[in-house]
Amino acid sequence: MASEGDRRPDLEVEARRSRVLDGLRLEAEGARGVAIALLSTVVFLAVVVVAVMQSPGWPAVHQAFFGWHDISSSFPEVARAFKLNVKIFLVCEVFILALALVIAVLRSLPGPVFFPLRALAVIYTDLARGVPTILVIALLGYGVPGLQLSGVPRSRVFWAGVALVLVYSGYVAEVYRAGIESVHPSQEAAARSLGLSRFQALRRVILPQAVRRVVPPLLNDFIGLQKDTALVGVLGVVEAFNQTQIDSSATFTYGSYLAAAALFVALTIPLARFTDWLLARDRRRRQAAGLVV
Amino acid sequence: MKAFGAAALAIVLVALAAACGSTKKSAPAGGSQSSCAKGSLNLVSAGTLTVGTDNPAFPPWFGGTPKSPWKVSDPRSGQGFESAVAYAVAKQLGFSKSEVEWKHVPFSNSYAPGPKSFDFDINEISFTAARAKVVSFSDSYYDVNQSVVVNKGTPIASVTNVAGLKPYELGAQLGTTSYQLIQNTINPSKKPSVFPTNTGAVQALKNKQIDGLVVDLPTAFYVTAVQVPNSKVLGQFPTTPGGEHFGMVFEKGNSLVRCVNNALTKLRDRGTLKQLQQKWLAKATGAPTLK
Amino acid sequence: MSALRLEAVRKSFGANEVLGGIDLELEEHEVVCLIGASGSGKSTLLRCVNLLEPLDSGRIFLGEEEITRRGVDANAVRRRIGIVFQAFNLFPHMSVLRNVTLGPRDALKLPREEAESRALELLGRFGLADRGDDYPDRLSGGQQQRVAIVRALAMRPQLMLLDEVTSALDPELVAEVLEVIRELAEGGMTMLIATHEMSFARDIANRVCFLDAGLILEQGPPGEIFQRPREPRTRQFLERIIEAGRL
Repeated sequence: MASEGDRRPDLEVEARRSRVLDGLRLEAEGARGVAIALLSTVVFLAVVVVAVMQSPGWPAVHQAFFGWHDISSSFPEVARAFKLNVKIFLVCEVFILALALVIAVLRSLPGPVFFPLRALAVIYTDLARGVPTILVIALLGYGVPGLQLSGVPRSRVFWAGVALVLVYSGYVAEVYRAGIESVHPSQEAAARSLGLSRFQALRRVILPQAVRRVVPPLLNDFIGLQKDTALVGVLGVVEAFNQTQIDSSATFTYGSYLAAAALFVALTIPLARFTDWLLARDRRRRQAAGLVV
Repeated sequence: MKAFGAAALAIVLVALAAACGSTKKSAPAGGSQSSCAKGSLNLVSAGTLTVGTDNPAFPPWFGGTPKSPWKVSDPRSGQGFESAVAYAVAKQLGFSKSEVEWKHVPFSNSYAPGPKSFDFDINEISFTAARAKVVSFSDSYYDVNQSVVVNKGTPIASVTNVAGLKPYELGAQLGTTSYQLIQNTINPSKKPSVFPTNTGAVQALKNKQIDGLVVDLPTAFYVTAVQVPNSKVLGQFPTTPGGEHFGMVFEKGNSLVRCVNNALTKLRDRGTLKQLQQKWLAKATGAPTLK
Repeated sequence: MSALRLEAVRKSFGANEVLGGIDLELEEHEVVCLIGASGSGKSTLLRCVNLLEPLDSGRIFLGEEEITRRGVDANAVRRRIGIVFQAFNLFPHMSVLRNVTLGPRDALKLPREEAESRALELLGRFGLADRGDDYPDRLSGGQQQRVAIVRALAMRPQLMLLDEVTSALDPELVAEVLEVIRELAEGGMTMLIATHEMSFARDIANRVCFLDAGLILEQGPPGEIFQRPREPRTRQFLERIIEAGRL
């Protein structure tokens, strides 16, 4: 004869079964939601693509921008010219990182005695960021050699590089400054209380932490610099963008632009991933040792 | 999952649509091959001939006192070779001077896809087969010779033949065929420069940042006469078989080309083109030929 | 000659007067505990001794030397005084060992081997010998604070200042840090300790100072202060502490 005790196992099995079913149902609902989102995005993109391709001007635009022959035939020369851009930004970046650091440190010197240096740093960053880069390049690239001073280099690449360094140091100095100011003052207090000088504290404690914190915006500026090396072409130097224009004006198409764009993107992506990796590896370090920041 | 299957199907459909996509060519503007009467011309703006060129407009192609927004010269003056030719063609088509409108068209805009904002562009643009795939060219209104400008008293100034130019740093202007000439005919050992503007090219020559500037002969005389003191035209390059010529640029397939070509033929037959060349480009004959 | 002497030290932050005239003297090997409510000026006092804050008026003497005089080499003074903060303030981008050797190598110009052996010896003494290569975020709060103390000790200071060093710790980690401090006291280190740990203060202090509204209201041996406080405000403060179960 069935008793109370017998019924309990049935109830347990029942409870377990409904829990499993509930779990499956939730999973199914979640997956269904994702599928709907995916499907609607694909449909929307499909509509856009079809609309573009049906537009009356598409064949002309296709020929102008996406002609495979234009893209592939211009690619080798654009790639060769691109080497100059790479050289320019690699060399300039080194100087920018150094000069910007000097400016940022000058800006952070406290006390009335250092006011002139601080003011100088502020004026510099204001000018460097205010004047369009292309103007600085033209002024230095044509203006300085135009003075015909002996001993002064005439090379346009040189002066364009100088211009890029001067301009970008203004931006990067501000990035450093943000990093320095984000390091909690108690870090400086701890370093100074060991008897380290201000310079030693800056060098050993503050700057290492500051720089780590601003790697993403530093990379942003570096990527910006990569693009701005194209401005050197304004002086007639045949770098990648100038080469794309040469090809473009010879064929009256823009396929070469795509070739150049592909090169720039190909450079940017690994750089961005590398920085992500650096940051991930360093993130654990950033857990302040007992800081309330 | 059913939803994923549907998504995959959508992607396949799109790919099919792209592959068999619309291949209808944009209809040539003004399809019918009818007369070149003024009233039935295919124009951007009815009753007006809209002519494009770049700013600044340089002599000897354009002349006259510049009035805003034009710099250096004024296309509306009728002075300068290209301005004169444009007005001569316009007259043949039945337009009076006041019915011609000039439009600032930066060189790179003249070949951008899509409908043009001008009826034709006249801007020392050389015909090439590659370019003719994208735009329509008129017949030649000027057969071009390239030349090289150098600073007097520099080592390059004593060069007498093409081979002698090889070790030097040369420059050309963007959009001209001068760069191709440098690459193909001279093949220099130093990488040449290409300047987006005439101003930049001239400055670089002045600064001795380049040794020689390759430009068409008429422009070369303007450079030496006005822009770079103490410079000279070293020489002109031998004419290539088939030659190089300037043509006006039209939207591809524009029926107006035919009518402009008719006008040019008339002007050539009557000797008007030659007259205008002698008037505005007279100096452009007196340079030695580099072998 | 006392190890440390404060004469009429005043310090304000803007309109807020935090120290209203402090007179305090420490003999060598003496352990003095500062007690008082938050905001009574304990931290500020310690930071002033370490020349991290400039005084508005008054003088401070470290031994014979007036360290608040014009033209003093503040860095040199700070090398002789060790300070440990409530928030440990270890350098997160450096290993424990490097945290400890930074001062001796850069400020004292010791060669690396000497600095490291000194550091390892100290770390060993306080049970952290195997943590040298770890980074601070891998350590518990108590361990980090002990490293902070070792970091200060590596400079061989004449005087140690401890600013509420256990206040940020979980209760079960407090004991290990107090143990370290006790050892230091027993070893004869001159110490000025700001603390809320009243039982601890009672155990190790030679003298207890009660700070109230920027003045030392009362000071004396711990027995006196905790059992027979003279001032009513001292009594009030202690009553609240006892109520909170901290004594």
